Amino acid sequence: MSTATTHDETSYVPPAEVGEMELYHAKTWLGKYVFSQDAKVIAIQYAFTAIAIGMVALVLSLLMRLQLGFPNAFSFITPTAYYQYVTMHGMIMVVYLLTALFLGGFGNYLIPVMVGARDMVFPFLNMLSFWIYFLAVVVLVASFFVPGGPSGAGWTLYPPQAILEGTPGTEWGIILMLISLFMFIVGFTMGGLNYVITVLQARTRGMTLMRLPLTVWGIFIATILALLAFPALLVSCIMMLLDILLGTSFFMPALVSMGEQLEYGGGSPILFQHLFWFFGHPEVYIVALPAFGIVSDLLSVHARKAIFGYRMMVWAIVAIGGLSFIVWAHHMYVSGMNPYFGFFFATTTLIIAVPTALKVYNWVLTLWRGNIHLTVPMYFAIGFIFTFVNGGLTGLFLGNVTVDLPLSDTMFVVAHFHMVMAVSPVLVVFGAIYHWYPKITGRMLHDGMGMFHFWFTFIGSYAIYYPMHYLGFLGVPRRYFSLGNTDFIPASAASLNQAISIAAIIVGITQLVFIYNLVWSLFNGKKASDNPWNATTLEWQTATTPPGHGNFGKELPKVFRWAYDYSVPGADKDFIPQNEPPRS
Amino acid sequence: MTITLIFMAGIMGVIVWWLVKQTINVQPWIADTGLIPDLDADAILQPRAKSGLLAFLAVVTSMFCLFMSAYAMRMSLGDWTPLPEPDVLWLNTGLLVLSSISFQWARQSAKHGRDVSLKRGLYLAGALSVTFIFGQLFAWQQLAEDGYFLSSNPANSFFYLFTALHGLHLLGGLVAWIRAAFRVWSGVEAAKVSISVELCAVYWHFLLIVWLVLFGLMLST
Ligand code: HEM
Ligand SMILES: [Cu+2]
Repeated sequence: MSTATTHDETSYVPPAEVGEMELYHAKTWLGKYVFSQDAKVIAIQYAFTAIAIGMVALVLSLLMRLQLGFPNAFSFITPTAYYQYVTMHGMIMVVYLLTALFLGGFGNYLIPVMVGARDMVFPFLNMLSFWIYFLAVVVLVASFFVPGGPSGAGWTLYPPQAILEGTPGTEWGIILMLISLFMFIVGFTMGGLNYVITVLQARTRGMTLMRLPLTVWGIFIATILALLAFPALLVSCIMMLLDILLGTSFFMPALVSMGEQLEYGGGSPILFQHLFWFFGHPEVYIVALPAFGIVSDLLSVHARKAIFGYRMMVWAIVAIGGLSFIVWAHHMYVSGMNPYFGFFFATTTLIIAVPTALKVYNWVLTLWRGNIHLTVPMYFAIGFIFTFVNGGLTGLFLGNVTVDLPLSDTMFVVAHFHMVMAVSPVLVVFGAIYHWYPKITGRMLHDGMGMFHFWFTFIGSYAIYYPMHYLGFLGVPRRYFSLGNTDFIPASAASLNQAISIAAIIVGITQLVFIYNLVWSLFNGKKASDNPWNATTLEWQTATTPPGHGNFGKELPKVFRWAYDYSVPGADKDFIPQNEPPRS
Repeated sequence: MTITLIFMAGIMGVIVWWLVKQTINVQPWIADTGLIPDLDADAILQPRAKSGLLAFLAVVTSMFCLFMSAYAMRMSLGDWTPLPEPDVLWLNTGLLVLSSISFQWARQSAKHGRDVSLKRGLYLAGALSVTFIFGQLFAWQQLAEDGYFLSSNPANSFFYLFTALHGLHLLGGLVAWIRAAFRVWSGVEAAKVSISVELCAVYWHFLLIVWLVLFGLMLST
């Protein structure tokens, strides 16, 4: 081991409390499990709510698939209902499931324990954050039960159609949607400030920035993105609410609707699109960066090998985060923009592929000659590399204006974004749950069910989305209730749609196995040791499993090394925990 | 979106600069050999609440930048008729400046343990802010009397929107102010409220700057 280590890094080492700091202690049952201020409980609350509402979104997607595969076979799926499913499915999956799960769920659980802190720095705000999120979900769900039902405007909520009669849910649905988003953003901001300041100021001694596990880096940068980008959604929500409720014309042009001249005039739907995508594109990375971080750690742990190019990985995360703010208009190529703008945004979009590709190379190089353990989390992590590369490549197609124009609003786009921001992050979510479940509950998840879950989900996702690319090339449009007799779409497209729907139903049912596994293992799973994967990071070095209140014992751990000391030559184990002092 | 992009570039610049400072020349794969020096907790880090506030201000700045971008974009469309800003706004601006100054005074007093002037500064700052809010409401009333309603022109819509948002942020600040003022009133010593007063002061300076920018933008267009 090297001895030359007197780099001046230590002068940045933030101190951390030793022993019991002023921790919040719950006195009542309600305070301990319901209005808890312990980040770990809040994390579980977040995860539970997010997965529950995610299941709703999953069912909605299956309903859509039923209609697409077997047109008009189910009388309750009316065109109105179909649009409502599309909208709610998209919005729930992106915002209420993935954002909440990665940042609120994994962020809350992992940040404090991975950086060696006892809790988040503002526990009370943290609790509020969850409850506001919960209320936001309740408001969203309520829109299923109001007159007119939920909004059917598509998850992009483009005005003017989001507001105009004829679109489902213009009575109440759209208002509840906007209010719910507003609440989500307020709640998220409270949580987000916590995550950022905890990473910045609550790291334990020796935990320099460059010793943070990549999971923390991913969540940290994603949180910064979210804090800066969600205001754009907030701004569009506020202005749209004013347009709906008070008759302003921020986004609403002069219109004749249902034969009547409306009061609106002069507003710009394009303005909305700019604001929406200024949030919308970073949002892709808000769910992708935590996934990147987590997958890096999964690969490294289960390949028993240091992550390849740690510093490059950190800088790639930062670069992707920064660049993600200057590509938004690639979602607006068809809005009639100035060609020079299109050129600019196509260029930036393609540039973002550079740091992203670097990350992919580094993941693959981490596996290269590693001592790969094919555990369930590892399967999911490797599956992620496949689906992500796949979705990333079609992204390069769509990033080019000329290619995007004919493909825009076809099933090709649906296939692309599901590969890159639905399947990929979800695979990481699964991998992460299989990886950390033993720490959170003290039990291992059942391997057999895990393998079943992986293979059916992975192959099934390909069965769903691969053919969709082809449908897109044929010109099958997205967000269509039914295709009718369209000349350019051959009859075979209908059979393909059937096959896709059957695959989707199988994938959907597979998720029940996963849920069953979660519950079954809670009671019957193998007892997990403190560190079942022989990992180096601090969450595996806690005195008890699951970690108690305050995470660590009497004294906070001291960190001596980075998180990737796997298979170090000359060491007696194939991993060295971060808090293990050097041999002298 | 230029305004927002400039802000984002600034933020990214800060983040990157700070990261470079922390990460350049660091070889993370090399473990420490010696002991890690125990640093004094307060010596280096600013209070967490203050960092939290600063981060929050970045979020709010992002929001106001986006509103201003929207303003600029909406303005360039044909139907924009600038509205005459009521004169009372100048008076309100003065009030807000004064309240910021009194907060600064309270902050200094708290820091140096001067209980009496802390009290005066804090109460005065709050009173001025409340007056400011009423002043803004008065401006609204004047505009409405002259027939400038929220939805009659986008310039009006933005005026009401900006003043309302700024006012709501100030009201939020007043909640923090009430807590601090109550503690001072009930006789808590200056050193103990020092941090709350400081946070209030920073927040008020921030809102003053936001107001000056918004007011300037609306006056000049
Ligand atoms: C079994 C899994 C899933 C299936 C079968 C599925 C299926 C679908 C279908 C059929 C559509 C409508 C396409 C159209 O006609 O435009 C759709 C839209 C969408 N999905 Fe999924 N989806 C799944 C998972 C996810 C996940 C995990 C996400 C999270 C990012 C997601 C995000 C979206 C979005 C954003 C839309 C667009 C909604 C809109 O057009 O407004 N989906 N999905
Ligand atoms: Cu994008």
